[in-house]
Amino acid sequence: MSYHVNEKGFYGKFGGAYIPEMLYPNVEELRQNYLRIIQEPDFQQELQALLKDYVGRPSPLYFAPRLSEKYNTRVYLKREDLNHTGAHKINNTIGQVLLAKRLGKKRIIAETGAGQHGVATATVCALMGLECIVYMGEVDIERQAPNVARMKMLGAQVVAATSGSKTLKDATNEAIRDWINNPEDTYYIIGSVVGPHPYPDMVARFQAVISEEIRAQLLEKEGTELPTYVVACVGGGSNAAGAFYHYLDESEVQLVAVEAAGKGIHSGESAATSILGKDGIIHGSRTLLMQTEDGQITEPYSISAGLDYPGVGPLHAHLFESGRARFENATDEEALQAVLELTRLEGIIPALESAHALAVLERLQAKPDDIVVINLSGRGDKDLSTYLKHFHFDEQ
Amino acid sequence: MSNRIKRLFAQKPKGILSVYFTAGFPNLNDTETIILELEKNGVDLLEIGMPFSDPLADGPTIQASSTVALKNGMTIPKLFEQLQDIRQKTQIPLVLMGYLNPVMQYGVERFCQKAAEVGIDGIILPDLPLQQYVEEFKELFEKYNLSKVFLITPQTPEARIREIDSLSNGFIYMVSSASTTGKTVGLAEQSQAYFQRVAGMQLQNPGVIGFGIHDKDTFEAACTHASGAIIGSAFVKALQREGSLSENIKSFIQSIKN
Repeated sequence: MSYHVNEKGFYGKFGGAYIPEMLYPNVEELRQNYLRIIQEPDFQQELQALLKDYVGRPSPLYFAPRLSEKYNTRVYLKREDLNHTGAHKINNTIGQVLLAKRLGKKRIIAETGAGQHGVATATVCALMGLECIVYMGEVDIERQAPNVARMKMLGAQVVAATSGSKTLKDATNEAIRDWINNPEDTYYIIGSVVGPHPYPDMVARFQAVISEEIRAQLLEKEGTELPTYVVACVGGGSNAAGAFYHYLDESEVQLVAVEAAGKGIHSGESAATSILGKDGIIHGSRTLLMQTEDGQITEPYSISAGLDYPGVGPLHAHLFESGRARFENATDEEALQAVLELTRLEGIIPALESAHALAVLERLQAKPDDIVVINLSGRGDKDLSTYLKHFHFDEQ
Repeated sequence: MSNRIKRLFAQKPKGILSVYFTAGFPNLNDTETIILELEKNGVDLLEIGMPFSDPLADGPTIQASSTVALKNGMTIPKLFEQLQDIRQKTQIPLVLMGYLNPVMQYGVERFCQKAAEVGIDGIILPDLPLQQYVEEFKELFEKYNLSKVFLITPQTPEARIREIDSLSNGFIYMVSSASTTGKTVGLAEQSQAYFQRVAGMQLQNPGVIGFGIHDKDTFEAACTHASGAIIGSAFVKALQREGSLSENIKSFIQSIKN
C-alpha cells in the first residue's frame, strides 16, 4: 500500500481538492508548479541555507537519560522546540514563502490558531519583505495575546475572524475567503497538512526534514536509522507528517499519532478526530472530521490551542484507516502531567501540544532495547500562563 | 417530464431574474412563503440555499443567514419535508444550492432521489470539483434528471469553460468577479470584458451572472451580457427589514424590476 499522495491528490480515498471554482486557478497554479520549483537547485540551496543558519537546523536528537530510566526504554527527543520561533512551524513557512516568491506573489495570507503558525509566517514575511495578513479567531486573539503582539511587532496585520465559533476553523475560512477575493497577487501559506491538494503533500515535504534528520542522527547514535517507535501529536498533523514521512514505507517502525482527548473522549469536549470524526469534507479536503449527523462541522476542544482542529490531514486519515499508524490520545490532565514530568526530569519545558506525545510513553509498553523517538514539536514559553494557572507555583 | 430550467430559458432567453435565499431564514418555516411570494412578484428562477456551518464561498450576509437558519433547526431532511407538496403549488424552476459535506452525510444518491421526488430541477454545489463530479456523481444526477450547475469566474480558462459547458445541462453560473458573495462594488470594467468574452464563445448553455448583483442597475447591466442574473445577499438583507415577509419581498423585487 502507498502512503504517499497519488497523482490525483489522494491518500487512499482521502484528500483531493474540493474547492469552489473561484480558487481553482490559484490551487491549479500551485499544483502544476510546486514539485518543479521545490526540486530546482537554486530553491534547494536557498532553503537549505536558511534552514541551517536562520532556523538553526539540524535540530538535535537528544537522548533523554532520566526519561529513559523512568520508562525503562531508550527515549530520544527530536528538538524542534529549539528552532527559531520555538516550533516546527517555521520549516514549512520558510519553504512556502520561497515558493510564493518564485510564483511572483506579493501578499501573504495565513490562518493561525494558537498563533505559532502566524508567528512563523510573520517572521518569514519580515525576512523577505512581504506584506503579511494573518487571520485569527476573535476568541484566540484574546487568549493568545503574546503571539498576537509578536505578529504585530513583526509587521503583520492580524485580522480577527468573527464568523462561526471564532477559532482556528473560522480563521481558515476567512483566509480562504481572502484568497478568493485576491486571486492574482496573493499566496496562502497554510500551516498544516490540511486543505486542498497540493497543500497536504507540500507541507509534509517541507516538514519531512524532521524525519530525514532523525534517520541520520539515529544512525550515528544507535547504528540504525530505524527506531521502534516514532511518536508525535496530531491536530492537523504537520509535525507528525514530518516525523513520519521518511518512515512511512518502513513497516517495522511503529508510527504513533497522539490526538487531544480534551476532558475525555466522550465528554463532549475533545479533539480526538480519529475516534469522534467521520468521513467528510473540510477546507477543501476529504478527510475525517468532527461533525453533526447533518454534516455541520463542530467545534473541538483541547487545552492546547494547536490541537483543537475539527479535522485531521488526509494523510493521517489514511494512516488511521489503513492501520499504518497507531492512534492514541491524551487528555488535558495527562498532557499537563507530562509537561511537568519532562520539565523536572530533563529540564525542558515543552509546548502543551508536544506534551500530548510525551503523555503516551507509559502506554507504549516499550521494551528496554526499544528506541522511542518523540517529536518535541515546540517549546512551552507560549503556554506559561496555562502552566502557572494549573500548577500554582506561586503558592509553593 | 422535461426539466423546468430548460423550458424557462427556451421561453425567456433574456432578462431572467433569479433569486437566492437561505432555507430556514429568517424563520424555520418561511420556505414555502418565500418561494410563493417570489413567484407571485415575477421572479423566474429560485435558488434555495441549504445552510452550512462553514460556507467558504459566501460573504458575511449569507454566512450570518446560514448561522441563524442552522440555529432555527434547518437540515436537509427538514427542507425536503417543507418542499414535499411544493409542486402542487408552483412550477417555478427550483435549484438547491449548498456545500458538499451535508449532502455527503445525507447520502448523495438519497439526496438526488429525494430532490427529484419533491420536484427540484437543479443542484449547485460550489465545492464539488468538476473532476470529482464526473467520476463519482454525474451518473446519479443524470439518473434523477437533475441539472448540475457549475460556476465559472473571470479567471477560468477558455478550455475549462468549454469543458464545463459540455458537462452542464441547465445554465452556467457566471461569477461576476473574483469575490465571495455579497460584495457591492458594482460590475467592474474587467468584468464587462469577461462577460463579452464568454458571450462570444457561443456556449450551448445560457449564462446567468451572480455575485455582486444587488439592485436594478447591476441587474440590468448583467442582463445585457447574459441571459439573466442572480441576486442573493441583497435579498437576504431585505428579508431582515421591518415588516411582513410578503411586503419585504414585494418591495425588494419591485425595486429591481420597475
